[in-house]
Amino acid sequence: MVLVEQSLNGLQFGLLLFLLAAGLTLVFGIMDFVNLAHGSLYMMGAYFAATFTAWTGSFILGVLLALGATLLLGIVLEFVALRHLYGRDHLDQVLATFGLILFFNDAVRLIWGPAGLALPLPAWLTVPVQIIPGVYYPAYRLSIIIVALAVAALLYVVVMRTRIGMLIRAGASNREMIGALGINIKLLFTLVFGLGAALAGLAGLMQAPILTVQIGMGENILILAFVIIVIGGIGSIRGAFLAAIFVGMIDTLGRAFLPDLLRTVLSSAAASTAAPALSSMLIYLLMAIVLVVRPEGLFPAAKR
Amino acid sequence: MKLQINTSNVVVALVAAGLVVLPLYSQLTGNIFILTLFTRIIIFALAAASLNLIMGYGGMMSFGHAAYLGIGGYAVGILAFEGIGSGFIQWPVALVASALYALVIGALSLRTRGVYFIMITLAFAQMAYYIASGMSRYGGDDGLTIYKRSNFGGLIDLSNRVQFYYLCLGCLFGGIYLIWRIINSRFGLVVQGIRSNEQRMQAIGYHANRYRLVCFVISGTICGLAGALLANNTDFISPAGMYWTRSGELMVMVVFGGMGSLFGPVIGTIFFLLLEELLSQFTEYWALIMGPLLLLIVLFARGGIMGLLGRFNRG
Amino acid sequence: MADPLLRVENLVRRFGGILATDNLSLDVMPGELHAIIGPNGAGKTTLISQLTGQLMPNSGTIVFGGRDVTALPSYRRSRLGLARSFQITSLLPDFTAADNVALAAQAHDGHSFRFWGNARKEKPLRDAAQAALTRVGLGARADVPVSELSHGEQRELELAVALATKPQLLLLDEPMAGLGVTESARMVALLKELRKEVTIVLVEHDMEAVFALADRITVLVYGRVIASGDPDAIRHNDEVKRAYLGDQHVVVAHG
Repeated sequence: MVLVEQSLNGLQFGLLLFLLAAGLTLVFGIMDFVNLAHGSLYMMGAYFAATFTAWTGSFILGVLLALGATLLLGIVLEFVALRHLYGRDHLDQVLATFGLILFFNDAVRLIWGPAGLALPLPAWLTVPVQIIPGVYYPAYRLSIIIVALAVAALLYVVVMRTRIGMLIRAGASNREMIGALGINIKLLFTLVFGLGAALAGLAGLMQAPILTVQIGMGENILILAFVIIVIGGIGSIRGAFLAAIFVGMIDTLGRAFLPDLLRTVLSSAAASTAAPALSSMLIYLLMAIVLVVRPEGLFPAAKR
Repeated sequence: MKLQINTSNVVVALVAAGLVVLPLYSQLTGNIFILTLFTRIIIFALAAASLNLIMGYGGMMSFGHAAYLGIGGYAVGILAFEGIGSGFIQWPVALVASALYALVIGALSLRTRGVYFIMITLAFAQMAYYIASGMSRYGGDDGLTIYKRSNFGGLIDLSNRVQFYYLCLGCLFGGIYLIWRIINSRFGLVVQGIRSNEQRMQAIGYHANRYRLVCFVISGTICGLAGALLANNTDFISPAGMYWTRSGELMVMVVFGGMGSLFGPVIGTIFFLLLEELLSQFTEYWALIMGPLLLLIVLFARGGIMGLLGRFNRG
Repeated sequence: MADPLLRVENLVRRFGGILATDNLSLDVMPGELHAIIGPNGAGKTTLISQLTGQLMPNSGTIVFGGRDVTALPSYRRSRLGLARSFQITSLLPDFTAADNVALAAQAHDGHSFRFWGNARKEKPLRDAAQAALTRVGLGARADVPVSELSHGEQRELELAVALATKPQLLLLDEPMAGLGVTESARMVALLKELRKEVTIVLVEHDMEAVFALADRITVLVYGRVIASGDPDAIRHNDEVKRAYLGDQHVVVAHG
């Protein structure tokens, strides 16, 4: 029973990671742009949701407003600062967006204060739902899974079936070509960046009721998103999806079961010392193994 | 290398001379704060110089250099905690541990290039951070206080501010001299050649990654030394000191000063840390200014300070 | 008859569905200048890249100096005495001409894990570099950064870099590409000198040069060898004529 619950937790965490990684991959794939501040957008999504929910008194309304606000923030960010960095080398992009992280963290501290915020759930989302006989699972976590799956499906349809999606795919494999097609690249880039920002914001605000909303929350998860991109293969949305689920599962199940597992081999004291360090290492070990076996990632995008 | 008299060399000479006489000034004016501030600056300058070796000369953009500061520091801290206070043991352990970590991480990360390399070095450094947080015997998240600085017998007393300052300065100048020898050696030319055109270097018979890896390990080892110094300076070591933002700051110091310029990281570190000091006296929210400033420097002053001086020189 | 210096057997390389190298076999004898010609897209550069190890074949073998090198990476082949020049100039742009060549000489010397001494002050390396530069007519340009050399000079420098590794076999990928008339003539004269010392495989579009220089010519079309023989035989080969006329590109009857 615990296994089912923890697996679902893993799936849920993996899907959140996917929302973040998908935005990163999209932006990197089409604009060749590394955005460290992607994690800041995740954080902003959570802060916006907490604030708007408190203002309006409605969780749903708060969430919708927060989504719109993150989208807008992403577009403004792209317009004011980031578009000047396209075509620069990756080091410049890393440093500039590192500067943005510093800025966002202190801006949040100034506006919301150093203490974290809580985003309380409405009553109807806190009830446990019986998923299979005898196994209950929190309604809110279940709804995260459903929403994230729906967004992933939507993303798939947009990228694979629509005109915009075609441009995105064309842009990812051949940047000059979309220019030659006479497409307004600047607008397309802004749109894609906004979409990525909204995905990050969505991930952040959905995670918010589970963990506290706090400064720096976007950074640790951003690094996990990097791990996912490395494992999945850069520029590949499908790879990002599979790797995200994989990483979410391993991380969650590792933290849940590794201590007990270790206790069967080691003394209890040694196990409880080693377990936390080892379980936080698991996904990095996974990344190391992937690098040794397939340095281009498990599901690389088609060769250019 | 012929020594020429130009703006950048004059600035470098003045800064170096200033660092040498700084304790005198501190003594005369009774300003102890400036001595502790510059001890810290010098240690970070050594770390930045080591990063510059791989970034500026080797073309490897490591976003995980704070890990070595942590490893060097924890080597000192853990040994001190376990009752081994001799610097003759602590410091070699710090260097060897950093070198070994660099060897493993480098061998893995160098299987990829470019952005991947940045992400992977970042991710592994974060792993090191989590491991340090998980070491409950050594304080976990809260870190470890070092009650006695490394003991070098009667040779040098690290608790004496001035002696410790000169030890750090000696390590910095020594490190830069070492890097200067390396970049002009056979090995250094190969590494710079690989940065410039890997395919060409392979075609004339160089196994590029072997040279890259050795360079990566040298850089990590030097940074491990900075870590040992830093732990002695703060008498404390904690995972926070190897958080990824620290790696980012080191990159910023290198770029501020000018990548691939021998003394640039020193200038960049002085600039960055003094600016941080200045801004934080001004406002608690100094990063609100530092962040956008960083963006502006990246956009408009790419060669860093040494680059600007060079331009001034030519123009 | 002597053993070939380079023997290529049944080499195959695919890119997706396209056969870039189609069951290709080739012998290069010691001391000869062996030219490889063919219309655009015949797979000449793909072949060179497989010979030097930048690209791995899907199947087939490459034997160099009696040793199977098919699986060796490029840096190992280079150490065995296989040098190449690139079709698109590939040098170290921020180094001087002398540095470029000295690094090749250093590679040949084989001791590059030296961290202390100033490599630019090592007389043997600098002398070897200067000799190779003088050989290609760049003796006076040794201290000029590559980015300030003319295109013709960069092509000559490519050759000097290859020579400095003291190769047994020199693979030249279109050394005349982009050269003017006088520069081409200089290059031909230079190759005439070099062929006395080293075995050369020459891929080239300039037919006049090819027929003036080559001992043997191999013609590639769509990754396959359609003819191989001395210049006279090739000039009168019907299949070659058809391939080139069909391509409407170069007229073989030139030389």
